[in-house]
Amino acid sequence: MLDNYIPIFLMIAVGVLFGIIMVKLNEWLGPKRPSEEKLTTYESGMEPVRTARERFSVKFYLVAVLFILFDIEVVFLYPWAVSFKSLGWLGFVTMTVFVVILFLGFVYVWRKGALEWD
Amino acid sequence: MENNYLADLWNSSPIVCVVLTGLVLLLVESVRRGSGRLSYAVSLVGLASAGVLIVAVGDVAQPAFNNMIVQGPYAQFFTVIFLVTGILTILLSRGYLDRQGIHRSEYYLLVVFAISGMMLLAYAMDLIVVFLGIELMSICLYILAGFMRTRGTSMEAALKYFLLGAFATGFLLYGIALIYGSTGTTNLEQIAKSFAEHSASPMFLVGVSFLLVAFAFKVAAVPFHMWAPDVYEGAPTMVTAFMSTGVKAAGFAAFVAVFMRSFQYAGSPVNDVLAAIAAASMIIGNVTALAQVNLKRMLAYSSVAHAGYILVGLAAGNADGFMGILFYLVAYVVVNVGAFGILSLVEDSNGQKLSYDDYAGFSAQRPFLAALMSIFMFSLAGIPPFAGFFGKYYVFLAAVKADMIWLAVLGVLTSLVSVYYYLRLVILMYFREGSGDVAVRPTWAAMLSIGFAAYLVIQFGIFPSIVVDAALKVF
Amino acid sequence: MTLQAVLFYLLAAVSIASAIMVITRRNPVTSALFLVLNFFSLGGLYLTLHAQFIAVIQILVYAGAIMVLFLFVIMLLNLGDSQSLREVISLRKLAGVGLSTAFLLEIIYILGFRVSDFPAGEVTRGLEIGTVEYIGQKLFTDYLFPFEITSILLLAAIVGAVVMAKRKLD
Repeated sequence: MLDNYIPIFLMIAVGVLFGIIMVKLNEWLGPKRPSEEKLTTYESGMEPVRTARERFSVKFYLVAVLFILFDIEVVFLYPWAVSFKSLGWLGFVTMTVFVVILFLGFVYVWRKGALEWD
Repeated sequence: MENNYLADLWNSSPIVCVVLTGLVLLLVESVRRGSGRLSYAVSLVGLASAGVLIVAVGDVAQPAFNNMIVQGPYAQFFTVIFLVTGILTILLSRGYLDRQGIHRSEYYLLVVFAISGMMLLAYAMDLIVVFLGIELMSICLYILAGFMRTRGTSMEAALKYFLLGAFATGFLLYGIALIYGSTGTTNLEQIAKSFAEHSASPMFLVGVSFLLVAFAFKVAAVPFHMWAPDVYEGAPTMVTAFMSTGVKAAGFAAFVAVFMRSFQYAGSPVNDVLAAIAAASMIIGNVTALAQVNLKRMLAYSSVAHAGYILVGLAAGNADGFMGILFYLVAYVVVNVGAFGILSLVEDSNGQKLSYDDYAGFSAQRPFLAALMSIFMFSLAGIPPFAGFFGKYYVFLAAVKADMIWLAVLGVLTSLVSVYYYLRLVILMYFREGSGDVAVRPTWAAMLSIGFAAYLVIQFGIFPSIVVDAALKVF
Repeated sequence: MTLQAVLFYLLAAVSIASAIMVITRRNPVTSALFLVLNFFSLGGLYLTLHAQFIAVIQILVYAGAIMVLFLFVIMLLNLGDSQSLREVISLRKLAGVGLSTAFLLEIIYILGFRVSDFPAGEVTRGLEIGTVEYIGQKLFTDYLFPFEITSILLLAAIVGAVVMAKRKLD
């Protein structure tokens, strides 16, 4: 069974090695003549105004938590979809109950305005 | 394999009813935001109908959903405890939440979901259900502990409870994994059947000890009690009431279900460990409670001590111990709802007036409430003729029968210590002059629930046979 | 050594190394990135152990979603100066380290050297039970009840997230 994954492992290994080799090669071959201009943070040509390390609003966090919770819901859909045929109608009802319960949660989140950027 | 899902649904109908109540509450809040009063009514009706269903389903043991849960006397006994605490908590909460300015329907929603989690623990026949029940209950309580979002202590309580609780959950899950690894099943019945074969396996024992850690944390037994005082103090008082009653009972429901009913550990080292935890909880809980100024903290340490007393029954591991645990839990739960209920009435909107001194001269201002508070304190101290006395009597009897006389003696001695800090409150209420006036404006519902709790304390103290008969049917 | 064993030990080494890096780096963002590496190597480990479903979930949920949350928390706390993460060694911490090391050694000893009682059937079944089909089959029949309860658990968490983090509730 693991044989099926060998291409994936190879792909990952090549990807990682390629990335490391390219960066190191650059570092090793390229000439270095640093100046103050060159050492500033690269912002696509814009002048950096202040530090990027700013404190995020808790609003982002709420969105992220909600994302994870619904993400976990989707995880359950995956094995369900794979064995959908053999599960029959019972499986359909099971998943419907599950999704409806979480849909209620979604309605709650929506109505509470938790998805709005206030 | 054909399952009869309709029969399963009927057998689990009390849980389903509570869960549906939660879903209705969610819908209510979605449709009409800020409908606290309606949610209050809906949650009471929902819990009451679950109570009707638990009687209707009957007490014949029946497994459901492929042996995941079992409906039966055990589930019934604990469910009644959870529903009664839930209803009393909700009745007491409304006035309290109004006074504190946090009356929101999410409160009821979370309480109802927490109760469904507790019920899962009483019904559980599989370690996976135990895990889900503990998680469902705990997540709701982490939020409830921090429900007073503008108060720092409440947030601190939520964070502490959450971080340490998550750690305990890790132990629980690891323990379940190890037990599954060595037995090949998570079903409690099957583990019980093959117990003799696995009891010597090191992996199994490590799993058992991890479960022990997790449960000891949930019931706040020494040395896993560190969270209790801060969380009890910081959480909104009615949440603390719910925590120290429902959650404690639910923790023991799982503890007893897994340890007494499935692991036949009598005579093994597990017994000694349980006895040690019980002894440490009794000593540390009671001695530390002596030094407290804040009543919520005092009751927190007292709850650690009471966890120790209940663990004496678990350490004894015999039929008397089992009965003693059930009786003790009933007595403790009823008393604590009442005592915290009175605390919540006296507490002002800044979370002050919770110390011993605030109760000086309380009897002159509120003679009825002071009398009820004294009843609760007497019962907690284990003075007859109140329910707490028989609880202690039965667990100590069980310890003596199991040849753990030292544990029983220790229990009696620490109970004597506890008399000091419980009766100190009574003396302050009756024999000291009060400095300021205590503004208490209880709602009818609150007075009724506190009165009902006091009635039960006296009723079970004078006629313990009501609970004893019910408990004997469970075993 | 088979290819599988080679991969297993390689990934195990990577995951241990990255885990150590997570707790030794001063910069929280660097730690988080090493955590991503750790999650990926764990995913690979699951795969070598024939737990395909868990492997996929590990990548999707942990390396994907949970990591986002980790980074948000780092941003939220904004530990700007990495100097503030410098720890002070106290007697209490040393005692903690001593206890946990003893505990770890104990667990390694018990689980590593004294376990010979894996139920024989379970090991060969491992090939079968890791697949998505098998999990789907079991989850929606035998474990139907816990599955449905999971939705309630998620629902409680959703409500909790809104109650705790929404600025204006009413």
